[in-house]
Amino acid sequence: MSTPYAKLPAWADYGLIPVINLAVAFVVAGFVVMLVGENPFRAAVILVEGAFGRGQGIAFTLFYATTFIFSGLSVAVAAHCGLFNIGGEGQGYIAGLGIGIVCLAFDSVLPWWLTFPIAIVASAAMGALWALIPAYLQAKRGSHIVITTIMFNFIAASVMVYALVGFLKPPSSMAPQTRTFLEGAQLPKLNWVIELFGAKIRSAPLNICFLLALVMALLVWLLIWRTRLGYEMRTYGHSPKAARYAGISETRIIIIAMMISGALAGMMALNPTMGDQHNVALDFVSGAGFVGIAVALMGRLHPVGIVLAAILFGMLYQGGAELAFEMPAISRDMIVIIQGLVILFAGALEHMFRPYVQALFASFSPRSVGIEAAKGKGA
Amino acid sequence: MAQAAIELIGINKSFGAVRANRDINLEIVRGTIHGIVGENGAGKSTLMSILYGFYQADSGEIRVGGKPASIKTPNDAIALGIGMVHQHFMLVDNFTVLENVILGAESDALLKKSIAKARSELERLEREYGLEVDPDAIIEELPVGLQQRVEILKALYRGAEILILDEPTGVLTPAEADHLFRILKQLKEQGKTVVLITHKLREIMAITDTVSVMRQGTMVATRVTKETTVGELAELMVGRRVLLRVEKGEAEAGAVKLAVKNLTVKDSRGVTMVDDISFELRAGEIVGIAGVAGNGQSELLEAISGIRRAVSGSVMLDGKPIDLTGAADPGELRDRGLAHVPEDRHHVGLVLAFEENENSILGYHDDERYLKGPFLDIDAIRNDAKDKITKYDIRPADCRLKTANFSGGNQQKIVLAREMEQDPGVLIVGQPTRGVDVGAIEFIHKRLIAMRDQGKAVLVVSVELDEIRSLSDRILVMFAGRIVGERSPEASEGELGLLMAGVEQREAAE
Repeated sequence: MSTPYAKLPAWADYGLIPVINLAVAFVVAGFVVMLVGENPFRAAVILVEGAFGRGQGIAFTLFYATTFIFSGLSVAVAAHCGLFNIGGEGQGYIAGLGIGIVCLAFDSVLPWWLTFPIAIVASAAMGALWALIPAYLQAKRGSHIVITTIMFNFIAASVMVYALVGFLKPPSSMAPQTRTFLEGAQLPKLNWVIELFGAKIRSAPLNICFLLALVMALLVWLLIWRTRLGYEMRTYGHSPKAARYAGISETRIIIIAMMISGALAGMMALNPTMGDQHNVALDFVSGAGFVGIAVALMGRLHPVGIVLAAILFGMLYQGGAELAFEMPAISRDMIVIIQGLVILFAGALEHMFRPYVQALFASFSPRSVGIEAAKGKGA
Repeated sequence: MAQAAIELIGINKSFGAVRANRDINLEIVRGTIHGIVGENGAGKSTLMSILYGFYQADSGEIRVGGKPASIKTPNDAIALGIGMVHQHFMLVDNFTVLENVILGAESDALLKKSIAKARSELERLEREYGLEVDPDAIIEELPVGLQQRVEILKALYRGAEILILDEPTGVLTPAEADHLFRILKQLKEQGKTVVLITHKLREIMAITDTVSVMRQGTMVATRVTKETTVGELAELMVGRRVLLRVEKGEAEAGAVKLAVKNLTVKDSRGVTMVDDISFELRAGEIVGIAGVAGNGQSELLEAISGIRRAVSGSVMLDGKPIDLTGAADPGELRDRGLAHVPEDRHHVGLVLAFEENENSILGYHDDERYLKGPFLDIDAIRNDAKDKITKYDIRPADCRLKTANFSGGNQQKIVLAREMEQDPGVLIVGQPTRGVDVGAIEFIHKRLIAMRDQGKAVLVVSVELDEIRSLSDRILVMFAGRIVGERSPEASEGELGLLMAGVEQREAAE
């Protein structure tokens, strides 16, 4: 007999449960703050105000979110094909090589709006190529993608040290980073958009990569739910046997999905390099590829959820920095703990409260969890 | 009046909005064999799971031996003398029979004493009930019938007075099933109580003393087996009259559509599963392949449909060769008019997490009817799915519903609708009605015969001998990877059963 499965209405599934998870994460984080002798309510106020209180904070929050949207989408595309790409960090890092070469070559001759598309292609291509080898090994040799992608993170790190120290850095410089890009490779800021709403911004790195991230979110949605390729990827992701039955080539679909995933991870490198620092420096990705895993999980692998989750993590990054500044007892490491709790409750323990919420719904409105209400969103 | 071994009084159980058991009352008399029949999803398994402590009833009372009992875990049930033999065996494959029997019932940290005790106990059980098994045999080396016997021994070893068997004959040959029934009768004579859950009405008639019928979570009737008929039970199960055997005319076999020659297939471990098989399938006929599960039928289907590589042999489709040992893939075969309804609809034929309409194009998703450039034509797909839902009476009629939320019969109709509506020349069907309720079986059989009457070639593989006999125009029997005989559907069940057990072949070899 099939297992009876009570389904929640979509608003509870996609709205209520993440909010509950988040609330619990913050309550537990509050206890941690109390433990170090600070007032958790004041800490919460500082965190939220730091992230959204002023135009400056909003711009920083969205800047961080931009990177996370790319890395979250990257994880999600692979996950829809049943692949766990934890190599976004390395794919993004190696994409910096492509960006660096393009920018150093063209920033003096082309305007930014010509350099940018070339750099997009270069970053996507580098990221895709970096994902191609693990994908090929998985498809042809059965080497587990989790192992190979994480090894490729280390390889990418070494290659980038070699490249930055060797040929990307200016000969006279001591710092392992490229020279500062000229205007032809500096992306326009978006701060003026926030200023339209009356906020004042001194300087913040929010740039047009944010718009590119939103466009990519839309394209990923189209790819996954509206194209034949996305259909094949989802089929393989849910059931490799069904994919075989449907005549979908395993090798082809794994390689394509991983290359798209790698390309998205590669594009996340545009934001901190061309958008902010105007150079390619050592360790510029700084963990954003891993945050993408949490973002994708929390966003339920749906682009809309990923954008929202990325903004949440942007808030934690920006608000967390403010918190560390305002409350000396709360160090950077404490912020990492709070982020970890959010990941734990929203990602890893995502289904912890679901049975209780379902029981609650069933008790006061059995119809609402019946089959009649089973029309989910997200096509 | 004989004493009741188990009384269930007013049992209710809901899963969310689904009421799996409503107000069930049931009395099982000590020392009898009590059958429980019902369609899939009627609530039989839920009821037995409550009795065995897997679930808790929302309300109601269980009495064992006249005393109210609280059964919260399977251990409580075992302590009360209730044992269960599951449909899917709960055995450790690489342990011996003895080790499996004592598993979870070891008396102390060292196994020596437990094993010695178990050995003498097994010998006693063997004498009393005729449950012969070599105690030192490794489970995975035993045939399925013997593995099931180990499950029964496990329950008896734990002191079971009441034995629940869930669909025990699904994996057995007719001969093995007969042997099981003899054992059950012997258990009954020794005073044990047996509860038999099944959907096979013939077995109910053959062995039970009393039979209870469940439908949609309620207990609709309890009958003394001698005083009822298969027809009455079927009607009670479905709630309307059903045709147990679909009427069909003579086959008009035409040209050869599919010719299989010397086909050999190995499984992933390198074991030869299909051994040098040859047969022909003609337009306008249904050929049934009978056999006990695991004799190579699955691999044969997978090879012919391009899912599994064949080792050697040739196959002609419409007179043109297909390269089953090399490049052929399911997509190519589909394009050439060979449709396949796989045995395992949950993992192969459907993606349960998909919406119904998404499954209605699986395998045909590269058909330009469903595409606009690289994009899926969502409107075309959904309209197409709605047409099929109407035509095949798929319920609920909602093409946006997740496929996992359809019942087994309706899921099978989704697969059949998809494959049949492509108007293929050859249709290959594995287990057409496994896990499908009686009402839907009738519908599916009629559709298959309608396909035949339109001049299509149909190959049916099923472990249900009744189904093979009722559908087929010719029956091929498979045993150990070979076709051991061809019979007409009028051949007696006994004759087919012997072939399925490989008896005739062995005699011929001697």
